[in-house]
Amino acid sequence: MSKNVLRIDNVTMQFGGVVAVDNLNLEINEGEIVALIGPNGAGKTTAFNVVTGVYQPTNGAVWFNGEKIIENHPHGKMKKMYKGECAGAYTKVIAPTPDKITKMGMARTFQNIRLWKSQTVFDNVLIAKHCRAHSNLFSAAFRLNWKEEARQREEVLELLKIVGLEDVKDELATSLPYGKQRRLEIARALAAEPTLLLLDEPAAGMNPQETDELTAFIGEIRDKFNLTIFLIEHHMNLVMGISDRIYVLDFGKLIAEGTPAEIQNNQRVIDAYLGVDEDA
Amino acid sequence: MIKKRSDLKTIVIGMILIAVLAVISVGLEGVAKNVKGLSIMMAVMKKGTVYALLAVSMNLLNGFTGLFSLGQAGFMLVGAYTYAILSIPVAKRAGVYQYYDGGIVNFSIPEIFSGFLGDTIGPVVGMLLTLLICGVLAAFLGWLIGLPALRLKSDYLAIATLGFAEIIRTFIQYESFAPLTNGSNTLRQYPTFKHLYPYVIVVGLCILFIVLLVNSTYGRAFKAIRDDEIAAEAMGIDLAKHKMLAFVTSSFFAGLGGGLMAMYMSSVQAKGFTSAMTYEILLMVVIGGIGSISGSIIAAFLFIGCSEWWLRFLDDSANNIAGMKLLAPGFRMVVFSVVIMIIVLFFRRGIMGDKELPDLFKRRGKKAGKEAVGE
Repeated sequence: MSKNVLRIDNVTMQFGGVVAVDNLNLEINEGEIVALIGPNGAGKTTAFNVVTGVYQPTNGAVWFNGEKIIENHPHGKMKKMYKGECAGAYTKVIAPTPDKITKMGMARTFQNIRLWKSQTVFDNVLIAKHCRAHSNLFSAAFRLNWKEEARQREEVLELLKIVGLEDVKDELATSLPYGKQRRLEIARALAAEPTLLLLDEPAAGMNPQETDELTAFIGEIRDKFNLTIFLIEHHMNLVMGISDRIYVLDFGKLIAEGTPAEIQNNQRVIDAYLGVDEDA
Repeated sequence: MIKKRSDLKTIVIGMILIAVLAVISVGLEGVAKNVKGLSIMMAVMKKGTVYALLAVSMNLLNGFTGLFSLGQAGFMLVGAYTYAILSIPVAKRAGVYQYYDGGIVNFSIPEIFSGFLGDTIGPVVGMLLTLLICGVLAAFLGWLIGLPALRLKSDYLAIATLGFAEIIRTFIQYESFAPLTNGSNTLRQYPTFKHLYPYVIVVGLCILFIVLLVNSTYGRAFKAIRDDEIAAEAMGIDLAKHKMLAFVTSSFFAGLGGGLMAMYMSSVQAKGFTSAMTYEILLMVVIGGIGSISGSIIAAFLFIGCSEWWLRFLDDSANNIAGMKLLAPGFRMVVFSVVIMIIVLFFRRGIMGDKELPDLFKRRGKKAGKEAVGE
């Protein structure tokens, strides 16, 4: 059994009276590609936002590399309103901001591309290196960190070569075609030197050919950077093609988990999400 | 490949540029002394230099970090008062603080330094050190204000900082602090830089620091926050820390600029540092181009030149053509507003946009190169 990278324990996320994620439990082991699928509004992105620190869960805990990084329990106004399970099982509040979580080694991409629009491709990736820089304001301004800076620049160039964006490195990020912008977002996430990469619908809006390329690309970077990958996706070709395991969410609840083959034959998943092939 | 120490080039070029500008300003001063009517030019140059620093420091915040702050006048006020209070010669304090028994501060930093560094270098070192203290105090105040205010965004931050600036102004005029601040009376008779070149050198060094900062890894992080805060945070940039860094740095230079402002004006009164002053600087930033340091500098000089010098003839009723009563004191400001409107209409993104002067040359060079290839 390989090492546990991410573990989500009884996470419930409730907004007012709406339970977006309901008692979610999942585990991701080192080197795996795990997909989270489900119909629109099932709470997939909310789960991502909880893991990356954007939202504080209402109840539950998140473990990363054997360390508890997020924990919360219903308190304050939520105490009365809480509709989820496992109330009282958690007592502490650990709520790091997203940047702290990124520094721990988790990087993400966004469902709707969020590149820095006024920056070049190169700078977009270089900025992500900032969280690994050791310089302070003065040493950076007076260029006492030039060695670190030069190393970072070389690393970025290397990274752009790997993802195949070297030839457009001086162009504005927004001038790239859509597929390349997606790639750039992944490159940017990689620049933060993560061990766990979270991809929120990386193939959204891509044509079948681009999706195939992306599928190959995700496998490639997993091997090259020794990554564990957690992804949300609607393209079943991609999901079934590269995932080691799949979790299925529906109305915030986990309805199934297993290998792609198991999920494809799971009746609950077929009813809730996959549907029946027209020809069959 | 990667130019390993290309950044050092910026420092060297910047230093050379400052030296050249200082020499030019000495020359200009010599010329202005001998030519009639040019004395106003020296005043404009001094004021423009000071405003250039203020505009750049505001641009660091509004243009590069995307924090819309309107507290500039407050920080300038702190800087100006710090400078005046700490540098009025002891012998003259009784006269300045005539209603408050000579005030409670009984030393003058430039005088202390002239005590053991001699009368030529001493006061200058003392004045520069006082300017530094101006900046540090303003930066400390910026940190205090930033703690609550930086939780706000866009317009709300602007309102909060504007409010703080007004609070500072009222505080300084408060009667109970009068032994320190001289209440609502003017502070005067403190030592000032008589020539243009010290302004140029001090402002030049400050702007060079800001340029270096903006192009460093921190500057890139600031720009990332401006472009997309959520993405910046997800990529490991500590928003609270970096916003605070930008805010404190900007207030430091605003305070230092305030100290220089006090020197230029040779007397300070809190009454003058209203939000209108902040808007003036904001106007320079917008006209120059939000996110362009060279734009801010150019706009500062154009703005001061236009409002103080080139349009002066419009104020002189002697210039009226027979029968016309249009030209009268104050009329230049009417024309000035029209000029600004025209600039804003034709340069939607400011004179420079978000480009810097060297970028323009690069562009032109590239185009010329392409044309040459085409031929």
